[in-house]
Amino acid sequence: MKLDQRKYQQLLARKCPRSPLWKDCLKAFLFGGAICTVGEGVSNFWQFRGLDTADAAAATAITMVFFGALLTCLHWYEKLAKHAGAGTIVPITGFANAIVSPAMEFKSEGLVLGLGAKLFVIAGPVLVYGIAASVVYGLILYAMGGGGAA
Amino acid sequence: MIERIGQRTLRFAGQPVLLSHAAAVGKKEGEGPLGSRFDFVAENDRMGQKSWELAESELQKTAIRRALDKGGVRGEELDAVLAGDLLNQCIGSFLASMHSNVPYLGQYGACSTMAQGLALGACLVEGGAARRALAAASSHFCSAERQYRFPLAYGGQRTPTAQWTATAAGAAVLTAPSYAPAGEGLRITHALFGKMVELGVTDANNMGAAMAPAAYDTLCALLNDLHAAPCDFDCIVTGDLGRVGADLLLTLLREDGIDLSPVYSDCGSLLFSDGQDTHAGGSGCGCSAAVLCGPLLRDMREGKLRRLVFAGTGAMMSPTSVQQGQPIAGICHAVVIERSGA
Repeated sequence: MKLDQRKYQQLLARKCPRSPLWKDCLKAFLFGGAICTVGEGVSNFWQFRGLDTADAAAATAITMVFFGALLTCLHWYEKLAKHAGAGTIVPITGFANAIVSPAMEFKSEGLVLGLGAKLFVIAGPVLVYGIAASVVYGLILYAMGGGGAA
Repeated sequence: MIERIGQRTLRFAGQPVLLSHAAAVGKKEGEGPLGSRFDFVAENDRMGQKSWELAESELQKTAIRRALDKGGVRGEELDAVLAGDLLNQCIGSFLASMHSNVPYLGQYGACSTMAQGLALGACLVEGGAARRALAAASSHFCSAERQYRFPLAYGGQRTPTAQWTATAAGAAVLTAPSYAPAGEGLRITHALFGKMVELGVTDANNMGAAMAPAAYDTLCALLNDLHAAPCDFDCIVTGDLGRVGADLLLTLLREDGIDLSPVYSDCGSLLFSDGQDTHAGGSGCGCSAAVLCGPLLRDMREGKLRRLVFAGTGAMMSPTSVQQGQPIAGICHAVVIERSGA
């Protein structure tokens, strides 16, 4: 038989198992929701301790990043993420995981060229395009006459 | 003398002897269905080393030492070491042989490296360029992940078609018959170097799909050249197509009216059990190297198998080529091993 690219791609479409999309979405929703519920509890805790809403939000972000980093160091985060998928990537704990895991991995190449250079290897694009988007948003806001001097 | 038969098959009239072989694997592989049939199972995948790359080279070194010991061959008696792995510039292999003071030929055939090393080694021995040659290959889950994918502690998900890079190494010593004890059992009788076959696969998480057409091409060519049917062999084993690729290969051959299933196995499917969460099965140079140099060649020595086709399969890709949108080609080198005598 002469192997034919089009026919082979059709065979692949028939034979290759696909990710269970609905199951994955449901698990991501449940795990992600659970992390956010914990975050809500942490926020209530800080407000209960006397912080105002804005300070409590900052303190919550710091606390959740700490938990994300801690679970990453204990190698629990990746076990959770195996089931949670986007549910563990999207919350701020996922950002902590994306920073701490390369730090752990690449320290064998030294603190400067290993850990330092590779720290943002996963989170880097999020920062680049997040900051770029915020600049574009700011320019649009400025052009529309909004966001004037405080 | 090396004789070309048919289109692409090489026949070794002198039949280089597969004198000895050994396999060393990591902890997870040791817990798999073949665990008791390897020469060495690591208690800890770090192997007491300060990096994963050094751990891999230590694993390969272990397999090489054991193979030499079993054959009663001293390192300096080797005329060539043909070794390879998955890491950039094959550091797992050159670090393993760095101080061995033996002519060294680095190999890269992705996961087909062991078959490539054996076939080339057989050519060197048969052609008189080497009296004794050693072929070795290794891979390590942790060193491969950090090079090809993500840090170990990163929380990502794997697709159902993804394979698990085996922490494993295998080594085999080849000698000219005049340097082997009389009547020695295992011989390499034929080899076939594979062509790269590319059919538009770009998904690096589906290497079984990228490799299956190459395995099809090589096995068809070999059977044609030898005028043989699958049942003329006790076992035809592919390197690491995994469960997805193995199914594709059987389907492609079935469309040609060839039923490979009675004698077919795949190293990637054999190495791990379903419960070990490796998705489509094992992969990596060490996967086929360890399964061949451990369980399969032991079965041959014990007389359970007499004629084996070892078809090492590899996916030709790198993170750079995939990111630049290049397709993934498959390759498959085949070696025929026979047991002579009682």
